[in-house]
Amino acid sequence: MSSPVATPPSPPSTPSTGAEPVRVQRSLGARILSRPEVGSLAAAIAIFVFFFAIAPPFRTAEAFSTILYSASTIGIVALGVALLMIGGEFDLSSGVQVTTAALASSMISYQFSLNAWVGAVASLVIALAIGFLNGWLLIKTKLPSFLITLSTFFMLQGINLGVTKLLTGAVATQNISDLDGFDSAKAIFAADVDLGFVNVKISVFWWILFTLVATWILLRTRTGNWIFAVGGNQDSARAVGVPVAKVKIGLFMGVAFCAWFLGQHLLFNFSTVQAGLGVGNELIYIVAAVVGGALLTGGYGSAIGAAIGAFIFGMTTQGIVYAGWDPNWFKTFLGVMLLLAVLLNLYVKNSASRRK
Amino acid sequence: MTDTIIEHADHSLEVGTPLVEMEGVGKTYGAIRALEGVNLTVNAGEVTCVLGDNGAGKSTLIKIISGLHPHTEGTVKVDGAEVHFGSPRESLDQGIATVYQDLAVVGLMEVWRNFFLGSEIRKGRWPGAPLDIAAMREIADSELKKMGIFVKDINQPIGTLSGGQRQCVAIARAVYFGARVLILDEPTAALGVKQSGVVLKYTAAARDAGLGVVFITHNPHHAYMVGDHFIILKLGRRVLDKKRSEVSLEQLTAEMAGGQELAELAHELKR
Repeated sequence: MSSPVATPPSPPSTPSTGAEPVRVQRSLGARILSRPEVGSLAAAIAIFVFFFAIAPPFRTAEAFSTILYSASTIGIVALGVALLMIGGEFDLSSGVQVTTAALASSMISYQFSLNAWVGAVASLVIALAIGFLNGWLLIKTKLPSFLITLSTFFMLQGINLGVTKLLTGAVATQNISDLDGFDSAKAIFAADVDLGFVNVKISVFWWILFTLVATWILLRTRTGNWIFAVGGNQDSARAVGVPVAKVKIGLFMGVAFCAWFLGQHLLFNFSTVQAGLGVGNELIYIVAAVVGGALLTGGYGSAIGAAIGAFIFGMTTQGIVYAGWDPNWFKTFLGVMLLLAVLLNLYVKNSASRRK
Repeated sequence: MTDTIIEHADHSLEVGTPLVEMEGVGKTYGAIRALEGVNLTVNAGEVTCVLGDNGAGKSTLIKIISGLHPHTEGTVKVDGAEVHFGSPRESLDQGIATVYQDLAVVGLMEVWRNFFLGSEIRKGRWPGAPLDIAAMREIADSELKKMGIFVKDINQPIGTLSGGQRQCVAIARAVYFGARVLILDEPTAALGVKQSGVVLKYTAAARDAGLGVVFITHNPHHAYMVGDHFIILKLGRRVLDKKRSEVSLEQLTAEMAGGQELAELAHELKR
């Protein structure tokens, strides 16, 4: 069918170099090593072995269940944050969004004496609206997400304390465990699951489920392709027809959803919420995502990595206690892990963009 | 590759019918006027060359056609109907594909993901439908092979390819998705002589398949090899608009170089 080609008689289907170069399929090992979560997996194994060796209480199934629970409370939001970071943005308001979602749910159902589920659903709407607002402001103003979400962070922090004090006269919400629907909501968000030999909080299973869903979205769907693209090169992504604004707003709403979920877990687990909670956690979520291989500049990272990052946190917070050390050392560990992770990621990015 | 062009070309195209018509089109960025009163018609089966120096408004012009920036003055018609593209998606949906100067690739993503970015093949139409990864890998691979590009591994990040290879991926992608109008923004700028030749052959092949081609360059020699119609822009205005029969390569080169200005410069530098 190349007959209508008038100019050159020979169709340009042969390579200019002549012979066809040999196709190289990278070895399995090389392909595994190029995954974002490899560094964090190695770190997780090393830390596990370390605490396993030095802290005898660490070796029990109960301890492992506690570690997983601790990891899940970080990991659920870290997952949303990791996706957002792959999409090239930050959310500094994620920590206080958790508290906002818990407070909204608790106060709406308590103040109006409603079913606990009504509060939970209303709180979801509020959370998604906050996420939407973050994303929408980012798109409209073109300001860095750091500034936008820092503003949201302060606003929500103030609202959390102000509104709680206004309605309850204290800095914590009333106990809602007598409300209708509380038990069924607790069963969903905060149940203990008996595995026969050990009890595990249901949040652990939700965390694992969310991680699997997010991994599938990232690697196997068009949305995932677009998330990597808007983070890797926003202008290029737009030029080939990726709806950048929708993807980014969606990612902020994803973080808001995760924050809402953790907020409901905390509320139905403890029946009451402290209004000042959550401040500082946004950085922990970011660190978990970065330790798990997400690049601060976007376009690279993984959901499994964020889960491993959260698991490292869970192991260390609990491991330090099991080892009988002063828990204040935790922050030092945090700093060291972050530095190592950033150095590793830098190395990965450089080698990925180098010619082979 | 030429097969690909013919395969994907819209078969209803008739040589000579205007696909894109721009009339008095202008664009201001705040107080800066990048483009003013430009008329341009892209006909099916013809190559329209847009020439000009750096800052002449060439890129602005194609950004308007490809939907990256909406125009602020004048009218743009596609198939006779007035359009005002709000996003590149709208332009792509009309069968207009662009190879951008900066190539519009995402360095950390795999070659095949870049090839299909924004036009992914899915196994279904519901929102969470999985990608047909095997098909996309195969098509990207074979399209690149047709163009003479042999990447070591279709799964390697596109950032690991050379500039020329990336250029070819971008062109292969545009040819694969552009059914009606193909816009090439300085496609030969980063290429060697041989690869430039390949690009010019595709340009001619696209023209012969009935596509309307807009070829942006600052190289009059390349332009004259494939062009049917020549437009020279200078500081956002059109200074020359001639058919191939009305202009010679010498005239084009002289006009591109600034004509009178060049003569003066030659005089000044006389040794």
